[in-house]
Amino acid sequence: MKKTWTKVVVVALSCMMAFVMAACGGGGSSDSGDNTLKLGCTGPLTGPAAIYGNAVKNGGQIAVDEINAANPDGVQVAWQVEDDEADGEKAVNAYNKLMDDGMQVFVGSVTSGACVAVAEKTNADRVFELTPSASQAAVTEGKDNVFQLCFRDPDQGTISADYIMENFPDAKVGVIYNNASDYSAGIFDGFKKEMDAKGREIVAVEAFSDDANTDFQAQLNSMKNAGADFVFLPNYYTPVSNILVQADKMGYAPTFFGCDGVDGILTLEGFDTSLAEGVYLLTPFTASAEDEKTQNFVNAYKEAYGEEPNQFAADAYDCVYAVYNAFNAAGVDTSASAADICEALVAQFAGGFSYEGLTASNAMKWQATGEVDKMPAVYIIEGGKYVEK
Amino acid sequence: MIFLTNLISGLSLGSVYAIIALGYTMVYGISKMLNFAHGDVIMIGGYMSFVMTMYMGLNGWLALLVAMVICTLLGVTIERLAYRPLRGTGSLAVLITAIGVSYFLQNIALLIWGANPKMFTSLFKGMKPVHAAGGQLTITPESILTILANIVIMILLTLFVSKTKAGKAMRAVSEDNGAAQLMGINVNQSISLTFAIGSGLAAVAGVLMLSAYPVLMPTTGAMPGIKAFTAAVFGGIGSIPGAMIGGLILGIIEIFSRSYISTELSDAIVFACLIIVLLVKPTGLLGKKISEKV
Amino acid sequence: MAERILKNIRIGGLKNAVKGNDYRKEATISYAILIGGYILLQVLSAAGIVGHNLQGQFVPICVYVSLAVSLNLVVGISGELSLGHAGFMAVGAFSGILMSRVLLQSMTFEPLILIISMLFGAFMASIAGFIIGIPILGLRGDYLAIVTLAFGEIIRNFMNVLYFGFVDGKLKFAFNHTIEGIEDTDRIITGAIGATGTKTMASFTWGLLLCLFTVFIVLNLKNSKQGRAIMSIRDNRIAGESIGLDVRKYKLMAFVVSAALAGMAGCLFGLNYSTLVPVKFNFNTSVLILVFVVLGGVGNIWGGIIAATLLTILPETFRQFADYRMLTYAIVLILVMICTYNPAIKSRITALWNKVKPKKKDNGPGGKPRKKKAGKEAA
Repeated sequence: MKKTWTKVVVVALSCMMAFVMAACGGGGSSDSGDNTLKLGCTGPLTGPAAIYGNAVKNGGQIAVDEINAANPDGVQVAWQVEDDEADGEKAVNAYNKLMDDGMQVFVGSVTSGACVAVAEKTNADRVFELTPSASQAAVTEGKDNVFQLCFRDPDQGTISADYIMENFPDAKVGVIYNNASDYSAGIFDGFKKEMDAKGREIVAVEAFSDDANTDFQAQLNSMKNAGADFVFLPNYYTPVSNILVQADKMGYAPTFFGCDGVDGILTLEGFDTSLAEGVYLLTPFTASAEDEKTQNFVNAYKEAYGEEPNQFAADAYDCVYAVYNAFNAAGVDTSASAADICEALVAQFAGGFSYEGLTASNAMKWQATGEVDKMPAVYIIEGGKYVEK
Repeated sequence: MIFLTNLISGLSLGSVYAIIALGYTMVYGISKMLNFAHGDVIMIGGYMSFVMTMYMGLNGWLALLVAMVICTLLGVTIERLAYRPLRGTGSLAVLITAIGVSYFLQNIALLIWGANPKMFTSLFKGMKPVHAAGGQLTITPESILTILANIVIMILLTLFVSKTKAGKAMRAVSEDNGAAQLMGINVNQSISLTFAIGSGLAAVAGVLMLSAYPVLMPTTGAMPGIKAFTAAVFGGIGSIPGAMIGGLILGIIEIFSRSYISTELSDAIVFACLIIVLLVKPTGLLGKKISEKV
Repeated sequence: MAERILKNIRIGGLKNAVKGNDYRKEATISYAILIGGYILLQVLSAAGIVGHNLQGQFVPICVYVSLAVSLNLVVGISGELSLGHAGFMAVGAFSGILMSRVLLQSMTFEPLILIISMLFGAFMASIAGFIIGIPILGLRGDYLAIVTLAFGEIIRNFMNVLYFGFVDGKLKFAFNHTIEGIEDTDRIITGAIGATGTKTMASFTWGLLLCLFTVFIVLNLKNSKQGRAIMSIRDNRIAGESIGLDVRKYKLMAFVVSAALAGMAGCLFGLNYSTLVPVKFNFNTSVLILVFVVLGGVGNIWGGIIAATLLTILPETFRQFADYRMLTYAIVLILVMICTYNPAIKSRITALWNKVKPKKKDNGPGGKPRKKKAGKEAA
């Protein structure tokens, strides 16, 4: 019996502690009388996908700091990012926590799987949602209040396929993609559809999974044996860097072509950038772009966080600005409820609002379905820099 | 030729698994616990070596030595602080604690080094790959040296365990903890020594693994850890040659199933092979048969 | 014969054999916690004291409680270490989602769809449990643990290549990259992207019903003739065999029932979110459930209920630590394990407790830690 009682004591104490803490967290919504728009976001700040969540957190912060410094008397912006470990369940918890804290507009989630789960909630709660980087089609499907700032995955695949067919008519194309990643699998899906539709053959398709993303020799050998001289890599830069290193060791040197996820490879600490020479990538943003806006952002980011921003950081930066501009254009007050702000912003975004940002060469516009219209550009890596093609 | 290339890849990957598996197997042998934090010690070893070469400008080999020392200390500290208080309370409590330690190490690495991956510079940078059979077969220096390192470590460890006094003491403790204590063997010291060796080897495994597969992240050690644990069981957990054989077989199966069957299902095939082996030999390939008394 | 010896074991008061009295006490506490917690939380929610964050966790908490209770059947009552419980959860979740989508084509009455889906999830998970149960029967201890781990990984790997969807209203499936001619909205399960477009049906009340059902099944099994046989095999396999107990049958029974219950819980979990990815059911989730069981006291049903609730809420309450959240969680986990299991610290806490609380009843020295492994620490 003694043991039971020990446990009862421990359990009861910790129970009380947890509930008190949970209650404290719940009651924390402060009605600040000041003129502040509260933006919230959930993303993976820990775990294997933590790079993406942290980039969004930091990129958004840069935009928020800029806005707040530029308009000391105007609408101020607050930016709160909660960890969701790229998991749907945790993302819903994190979103609910943001709601408890009085969030008015949701700028998330970072990863698609988590975002689909949260989008359902924002739709029910009538909270406006603009995701920086959740690129699955299911994110916006059937939800009038959810918009994307990034390309949809299959669209990137389609654009890539068109580009390759036009510019590399004789190349024997192979694909190595991550079948455990919605991003990678989504792009491949669109890519394959387009290639099939236009009657172009893919000579070899190999997949890998997140658990086995270290050794690519089998996949590369298969590419080599199929005679592929052009390899499409719809992956993030981490596996791509690994693939480049191993291809180099094997002495296999086809033309590599990646999507926006490859951006960031040149600043990867310890990476021999000479391996990335001649790699093509289709991306709406690169940190080495010369225009003033991008350079300001990149410099501010470097100064604050000591590293170059990637695609995700730029997407978040654009998201904050887009929401801020649309909010001002809508003429709503910061004291309005989240639902009122939602209706006003939906009217803006679906009604021809446009925004010129870092992540598109044109002014972005949104369709009522939530999809963004923007153009990516194709770059090639030459001399350790992105050169636009 | 492809067969040979795959075989060498498999042996090299298997050697990494084998070295990691040694840590699992030795710790299991002596303290009957599954040390799930072992994979994360590998990751820490990798980061230490990375820091030493990139930030401190140390030579790769010297950095490896420093990483080994730090991992050794880390292993001993973990054992002292987290596992020793729970010794003798049944394996479940220690198992959960080990998982807690694993989370702890991953998150501390995240806080210190950030979420961005690092590219590890190969320990054998500058060495030329060997070309054979008219250029059809390319063998990287990483493959050869990893396999060699595995063999050397295995021989040294076997000699250590069978010839030296400390090694014999370790065996005695793993055979019968209580009896060993009665014979005047310092059990605590033996267990600490086991953790020290296992963790030092983890640093070696980490550097070898990262030389071949260079992406270093806070979660880098998790999956190799689980695979190596599988390898240890495959060969018969508690047995040193078992760990080596298990690791090599696992590596070969993984690479071959990826090349010839499916890249998507290679892990499933590896684990399925494990189940089949355990069906035929319930204690692994070289595992001792446990006799039960009423 | 076996019956009589079992009875003797019971009368002899082997520490873990359940006496009728204990059973009633355990059942009362368990049901009281579940129903009391439910009423308390509902009242607090109605009063507006509970925030969105906690409210959103009601269903997952129920799911984890029922997973912890069902895993306790294997770990605590049958005495085998299982590291693949999330695999059964996955089978139940995905097959349940599939069933719900199929039923939604012809039915609109959600409670019925939910029940049928959960039963289907349980059925599929029990089949999986049966298939994996056969090879594990011959294995002992940690070897069994690794096989369950391997099995969990195989399931997840398999889910990554599994595609389900409707083409012209007909259910189709494939193992390759995509299903020919499918519209995006008609996809149900898309490999690693998982299930999307699930209609969410789960609620706190369904969660409570699931928990009650799980506890009912597990407690009744524990207190039945079969349950006593399972426990006697756990305590001494050879003795069990010698009195003619069919070790294989009883172990399989515990394993399959546990798998079915996990599948049911997985299904409710799947129907609580509009999307579900296979990665969710990785080794970490299996371990998480195991942590609930161990922390709650192996074999202790109500302990598992409380531990699952607490450990689900805990990481959320740590959000205020921001970047240090998961680190704090890890440290708390280690400290709690050491504090509850280290003999020296434990006796100190007990002594402290005894000073405050006047003695009621003492069953002698509170059980020394046993030498044999796995799952006998519980009171």
